[in-house]
Amino acid sequence: MQDQAAANNGTVHEIQPLDALMQKIAEHKGCGSSGGAGKASCGSAAGQGDLPPEVWEKVKNHPCYSEEAHHHYARMHVAVAPACNIQCNYCNRKYDCANESRPGVVSEKLTPEQAARKVVAVASAIPQMTVLGIAGPGDPLANPEKTFRTFELVAREAPDIKLCLSTNGLALPDHVETIKRFNVDHVTITINVVDPEVGQHIYPWIFYRHKRYTGREAARILSERQLQGLEMLTAAGILCKVNSVMIPGVNDRHLVEVNRAVKSRGAFLHNIMPLISAPEHGTVFGLNGQRGPTAQELKALQDQCEGEMNMMRHCRQCRADAVGLLGEDRSAEFSTEKVMAMEVSYDAAARKAYQERVEQDRQEKVAAREAELAQPGADFGDIKILAAVATKGGGRINEHFGHAGEFQIYEVSAAGTKFIGHRRVDHYCQGGYGEEDTLDTVIRAINDCVAVFVAKIGACPKDSLKAAGIDPVDGYAHEFIEQSVIAYFKEYVEKVRRGEIAHIDKGDADIRQGAYIAA
Amino acid sequence: MAYKIIASQCTACSACEPECPNVAIQEKDGTFVIIAKKCTECIGYFDDPQCAAVCPVENTCVIDNGYPRYQAA
Repeated sequence: MQDQAAANNGTVHEIQPLDALMQKIAEHKGCGSSGGAGKASCGSAAGQGDLPPEVWEKVKNHPCYSEEAHHHYARMHVAVAPACNIQCNYCNRKYDCANESRPGVVSEKLTPEQAARKVVAVASAIPQMTVLGIAGPGDPLANPEKTFRTFELVAREAPDIKLCLSTNGLALPDHVETIKRFNVDHVTITINVVDPEVGQHIYPWIFYRHKRYTGREAARILSERQLQGLEMLTAAGILCKVNSVMIPGVNDRHLVEVNRAVKSRGAFLHNIMPLISAPEHGTVFGLNGQRGPTAQELKALQDQCEGEMNMMRHCRQCRADAVGLLGEDRSAEFSTEKVMAMEVSYDAAARKAYQERVEQDRQEKVAAREAELAQPGADFGDIKILAAVATKGGGRINEHFGHAGEFQIYEVSAAGTKFIGHRRVDHYCQGGYGEEDTLDTVIRAINDCVAVFVAKIGACPKDSLKAAGIDPVDGYAHEFIEQSVIAYFKEYVEKVRRGEIAHIDKGDADIRQGAYIAA
Repeated sequence: MAYKIIASQCTACSACEPECPNVAIQEKDGTFVIIAKKCTECIGYFDDPQCAAVCPVENTCVIDNGYPRYQAA
């Protein structure tokens, strides 16, 4: 691992040279990209993708599984599981900071009783909160009593809330029956490798059956347990998603194999996430200079795996104590102290009524969007562009450039639009100092996009974006995203044909690594 | 000897507590402590001291030289 890390040292926090990058993308794509016409269903951004109808029915209202649902429904994590049974090189449990948004990090640990009270308090205050997940900060199944006690209490007081858990899989085979008994809706297993040779560079040790294992043996046991657990979940009819952390030079090429292995064992969704790595996190990878992937490297791998199975593109890598809608954490409002002081009355009927209104509103939006949506058509050639969009949700371009905490990225081609992910940025408009630096961060985050669609934008950032070769577009303010970017795309292709503009490759973009300053 | 937990490094993750065959570990002032007179270094139970094997912070669950080596009965 040292060698691989050293080889990557030169590129930490830098965008790779274009040539090397494009070569990599070309290698990655190979089989995947030319099949666009035959795989039209992959391209529907807000739809069900390739999921079977019965699976889609189960996940369509789950904010973590549907890009479109997360604007309407909220989820929360409770940090009842502090202990872990493995060590990962991208995790350091000592670090905790309110400005830090990444898995494995929480501000306070809860007892199952406190957690259940918090769930009921949040569910009463946020009626669209429909999902409770236990994700750590350690491993939920390394704390089985606390995890299942929490589920038991929540199921008793708030039976309409769906239960989820996320695990490294080491203890999973021992608990599948209990998971089934508690009616857990979905399980996520983090599987980064299926080959111990690769795994030994990610997992320094595991604690299994009263013994610490290291090296290849540790990775082998972990992989076997993960895949066995996945098979058992599938056999028990429990939906299972697989998370993988993409670590350039360590498991990036190997993840294609992981994708095949988990698909063949029944995982319904694969979520390949970028490594979050910075020296200040104090992780092994952070300290030895292991870089995370660039935006284009991540996209290329996701595209390559998409031919195999449904890929998740909108994961925001939330903390283990996140509360609220994805991307807008409200955990600070529900600290233990505040929750204990709250007067809470759980009104299931009111929650149901509210959710029905949300659902109606959502259906109307989806219908309106689809009614106006048309494919550009084959005569638009094989040009593909990426577009960044500032949105507050509802499928519309309705956010001010300066207020956007993240941008949605769409790929547009003759085949239509495809949502490919989010780019997190610090709010440009903080009203404070160092705004130019922040603008620079935004530009780096969307550098691979031809245009950025906003509801409004000031003259200064407009000029800076233009100088960076990104077209700031405010002419589609409050319109639907997909038809706007398609209209823009058509115009773009016409201009390229008339020779007014040159279609050049936009290069790569950064994935934000540092602390996220929540609004 | 018994094992001890270096409080300044303990993350209070609680992983050690349920592993101890002697129920010698408890939470105290925000970290976990080993009750030395209950600790048998896991002799007679496991090959390795469980608290040290599961602890996520290196050199945090260590031999306490203030006690004589534990002798199995």
